[in-house]
Amino acid sequence: MSHSLDAYLVLASLMFAIGSFGFLARRNAIAMLMCVEIMLNGVNLAIVAFGMFTPALQGAGQVIALFVMAVAAGEATVGLAIVIAIYRNRRTPLVDEYASMRE
Amino acid sequence: MTVPQTVPYLGWSWDDLVFLVLAGVMLGSSLMVVLSRNIIRSGLFMVLAFAGLAGFYALMGATLVAAAQVLVYMGAISVLILFAVMLTQSKSGPARLVFHSQAWAAGIASFLVGLLLIMSVVFTTWPLAVPTPIAQSARDVAKLLFEHYVLAFEVISLLLLAAVVGGIYLARRDDIPDPADPVTRSGATDPGTEAG
Repeated sequence: MSHSLDAYLVLASLMFAIGSFGFLARRNAIAMLMCVEIMLNGVNLAIVAFGMFTPALQGAGQVIALFVMAVAAGEATVGLAIVIAIYRNRRTPLVDEYASMRE
Repeated sequence: MTVPQTVPYLGWSWDDLVFLVLAGVMLGSSLMVVLSRNIIRSGLFMVLAFAGLAGFYALMGATLVAAAQVLVYMGAISVLILFAVMLTQSKSGPARLVFHSQAWAAGIASFLVGLLLIMSVVFTTWPLAVPTPIAQSARDVAKLLFEHYVLAFEVISLLLLAAVVGGIYLARRDDIPDPADPVTRSGATDPGTEAG
């Protein structure tokens, strides 16, 4: 089980689905960002699994996973800064109360 | 005393047992991140989910990615998110509703996405895949990173710099006096800062 690509890919799919549900359903903006991190980690698991189980990729999976981590760090920084800037104006982290951004 | 080759009474290999335990920890704590009412608890369960993922990387033999996962995700991003949670806590405590009113549609959509992904994984045969993970040391990864992917590496460093500058600009308070502004400069009490 630990030596099959399919098991890792199924786990990555489950993690991505859990994260996407949280991103779509949570009300708190920071919880939504946490769920984005969960989705990114699911994709990263799939990338590393492909890289480790496919010799034709010549080990590029780990390198690409490191790049994904760096981009995720930048995304978390800017995303949290945006959430804090909105919180300073609206005094709430709940996204369904940001109704004035609709117009 | 020697460790038996397989798990006693079950006949599994030790790797399979570690895989199942890590899968349970990772999926369970991911679900708790999504479902938990208290957002600080969500953040701490997220650290646990990242720890399970680092265990998976180590199990596959991707040691450098496992170390980076511990450093970057469990160390840096979790602390960043927990700080943001503390900055945005309102005094009324946790929100009454965790999910908004259209969460049922989100549930159906994400269930279908997960089902589609799992079906496409299960019904596909990967012709180039091998049954055991390849051996790849940190030296191999470093050679690849700094020879073949060095341009992407430099672009990533530029992206991180831009993210830091953008984060500071966005999260900055507007009422902090601008040091270049002559009005606030003349109001400064400490003459030593003027000379500097």
